[in-house]
Amino acid sequence: MIHFVVHDENDSVGVVVVEGVKAGQKLSGWIMDQDKSIEVTARSDIPIGHKLAIKPLAKDATVIKYGVDIGRVVAPIQVGEHTHIQNLKTKRW
Amino acid sequence: MDLSKATFRGYKRENGRVGVRNHVVILPVDDLSNAASLAVESNIKGTMALPHPYGRLQFGADLDLHFRTLIGTGSNPNVAAVVVICIEEQWAKKVADGIAATGKPVAYFGIEQHGDHDTIMRASKKAKEFVQWASELTREERPLKDLWVSTKCGESDTTSGCGANPTVGNAFDKLYPHGVTLAFGETTELTGGEQLVMQRCRNDEVRKKFKFMFDRYQRLVEAHKTNDLSDSQPTKGNIEGGLTTIEEKALGNIQKIGRKCVVDGVIDKAETPTHPGLWFMDSSSAAAEMLTLLGAAGFAVHLFPTGQGNVVGNPILPVIKLSANPRTVRTMSEHIDVDVSGLLQRQMTPDEAGDKLLECMLRTANGRLTAAEALGHREFVLTRLYESA
Repeated sequence: MIHFVVHDENDSVGVVVVEGVKAGQKLSGWIMDQDKSIEVTARSDIPIGHKLAIKPLAKDATVIKYGVDIGRVVAPIQVGEHTHIQNLKTKRW
Repeated sequence: MDLSKATFRGYKRENGRVGVRNHVVILPVDDLSNAASLAVESNIKGTMALPHPYGRLQFGADLDLHFRTLIGTGSNPNVAAVVVICIEEQWAKKVADGIAATGKPVAYFGIEQHGDHDTIMRASKKAKEFVQWASELTREERPLKDLWVSTKCGESDTTSGCGANPTVGNAFDKLYPHGVTLAFGETTELTGGEQLVMQRCRNDEVRKKFKFMFDRYQRLVEAHKTNDLSDSQPTKGNIEGGLTTIEEKALGNIQKIGRKCVVDGVIDKAETPTHPGLWFMDSSSAAAEMLTLLGAAGFAVHLFPTGQGNVVGNPILPVIKLSANPRTVRTMSEHIDVDVSGLLQRQMTPDEAGDKLLECMLRTANGRLTAAEALGHREFVLTRLYESA
């Protein structure tokens, strides 16, 4: 069972691809570009399609996905934590 | 999938373009002509009216786009013949003349000095003639290069970027070497990934034109935005699906143009490509608007990845939906033509997903109705550039 996928091994986040992920659950990830496996423990309940951090992210750090900048951290994020509008913001507009 | 000998069965039109549908369209030029157009559709079975709310007191570039979209829609090879109805006969003629350049049968009717009853009767007689004529046209085997294929995604979520959009990209990479005419767009949804598109442009001339279109749309956003665009880009549906920022959405969006194809040209809204290859069309990212513009540009089949489940269709352009989100595939199955959710569990490779989509595309081109067609999704939405005079 793959619980989350990561585009590139340098990315800061992965995407949950199963329903019902709960805090404390051990998750198996698949890094697609390098075809590698990764394990992370969820720190939050995370809905399907939502992101989790696979690296610790300090405030003002840049979040990388697809190997590219997708915005800045506005509240520190721990590994396995739900990463969304409460802690990540656009650098545009 | 080896596409080198791939063919499809389509309708060859008078101007050499090939369609995959055989519609007889009743086309109102303005809002006032909707009632008569719908009455003709009701009278004559097998015709389709395209009602819309615009066409009065538009001017300048906005009016040009209105005419270009209507003429392009009528000229699309999925359309066999057209009956144009307008309150003013002169403008009905203008649209009909534009469509007639393709060589297909067109008739036009003005309502003024006739009223709805007489207009409906005259237009119905012509529509009956057209629909009976069109019903005898037959499909013939055509090479793949005669198919024009467009893409645009909707209600995207993060599964779009890792599943459905790369599936379209895989299909585009396979179609491109065979001389197929391809298009993508959604100008504001490239924000954060515009540099990646620029790197993919054929040459500096194409790059410059892309940058011009991109910057023009950014200025529009800057001029009209309130605090930021986060209330509509990403959309509420995107955010619900897990997309957080416009950059993230854009990077997922760009997966649709694959890894190999080159951006060969840039067109403005509803303009028609002039040679095969991948084209960028400046457009809104709203699904029905962009599909309408692509239909007007002459595209014959459309690949539409969705995450959360956009249900959009188009009256003349068959819209093939694919999704990699297992929840959407389960809860909205009647809308999904191609299920690629296996990608995210490694039960399917990107190559297999691309082939599955191409197979569905060829079946659709041969005449199989898409989910959106079967469900009656005929959203025809004209893009407006600014308010009427």
